[in-house]
Amino acid sequence: MKGTECVILFFTSNHAIRAEKLLGRAQLPCRLTPVPRHLSSDCGVCVRIDCGDRDAAERLLAAQRVEFEATHPVA
Amino acid sequence: VIYLDNAATSWPKPPEVARAMGHFLDEVGANPGRSAHRLSIAAGRIVDDAREVLAQLLNAPDPLRIVFGANGTEAINLALRGLLRTGDHVVTSGIEHNAVMRPLRALERVGVSITVVPCDPEGRLAVADVEAALLPTTKLIAITHASNVMGTLTPVSEIGALARRHDLLLLVDAAATAGCHPIDVTHDAIDLLAFTGHKALHGPMGTGGLVIGDRVSIGQLAPLKFGGTGSHSDSEEQPTFLPDAYESGTPNAVGLAGLDAGVRWVMQQGLGALRARLVATTQRLSDGLRMIPGVTVYGPPRAEERCSALSFNINGLAPSEVGLQLDDAHGILARVGLHCAPGAHRTLGTFPDGTVRFAPGPFLSAEDIERALAAVAAVAREARS
Repeated sequence: MKGTECVILFFTSNHAIRAEKLLGRAQLPCRLTPVPRHLSSDCGVCVRIDCGDRDAAERLLAAQRVEFEATHPVA
Repeated sequence: VIYLDNAATSWPKPPEVARAMGHFLDEVGANPGRSAHRLSIAAGRIVDDAREVLAQLLNAPDPLRIVFGANGTEAINLALRGLLRTGDHVVTSGIEHNAVMRPLRALERVGVSITVVPCDPEGRLAVADVEAALLPTTKLIAITHASNVMGTLTPVSEIGALARRHDLLLLVDAAATAGCHPIDVTHDAIDLLAFTGHKALHGPMGTGGLVIGDRVSIGQLAPLKFGGTGSHSDSEEQPTFLPDAYESGTPNAVGLAGLDAGVRWVMQQGLGALRARLVATTQRLSDGLRMIPGVTVYGPPRAEERCSALSFNINGLAPSEVGLQLDDAHGILARVGLHCAPGAHRTLGTFPDGTVRFAPGPFLSAEDIERALAAVAAVAREARS
């Protein structure tokens, strides 16, 4: 990934793992990582994407009915 | 031995199942969804793989609406006890397993009313009879997809359409059919589908689950168990999103690794091919048994109307005696008795003694079937002499 990174936060790692799979299949580069400390979420893992892919990623997750909490740029 | 007890649990399993479980224990091992390290994520991916492949097999639109549990019974308990409240009415069939009947009888004591629709003597359920049993308070139709005793399939698709017409929910117990008979929860309008992992899906024991359709809201379906999920850990309230709402406690991830492999094996073989082979095997068994003097075979004579389970008796011999002789003298493993389904045996007229049940699986050879038939013929001959 180049550009600025964004993290998508989820309510549960079940959703994060599904999201990573679906984004990967759609050729949107992403990886599962621990949630950065300063962001509030407790599911443990989040999905990191290129911020340029944010809209496409959010649309895809909504279409596939994977709930997410929020998307934040990583400072 | 010739294993004819696949309706109790399938055996042998495809070798991929033990390999996947060994891989999980040796190489993965971690608790899915509880930590953010690589092994926990790897375990979580395996659990998600299992959800995904099951969704594909059952044509469920959203893998996250499949919740795992210990077995089919737990899934049925979640559906019935989660959904039904005092004053609700539920319609079920006369051939149900106790996995459905016992939770229903327990609910009856707290004011849920039940109508049991009788089936014909071969176990067939008429849709018109189900419709006639509906009341203004009916909330749910709960039926098995096939009898675990004599194998008769129920008209699930027509009952799904009926449930939609009357704005009711449909729960299907697919313990006897998932993995050996086509199931399409979307097309058949099944709102809740309970499955077990260790029968025709070829996973290990200790796996099963419930497919929760869009018409069932989380608020409507109370969890059976509450506890840690690895999510929303700051709150002492149960999460309200799927699958976590119904998956408290560490899951049987090693079992789900095996179930994932079992379902993939089913998909690889092709459900159509597996079903065709099973119909041929069951037909041969049923025809062969009917030709043996002194043998009574129960259920529909056409294998297309049934799943794998096939019940019979030998005149003059108790089912338990037949089972013992088949095991001892011939190495044939069957299940005898009432098969946890007293209603099905009342339907057949075989209550309280029960029947001998043969349930072939996909690894049985044509030769095995002939040997089983010859063994029954030998036991029947001895009974006559």
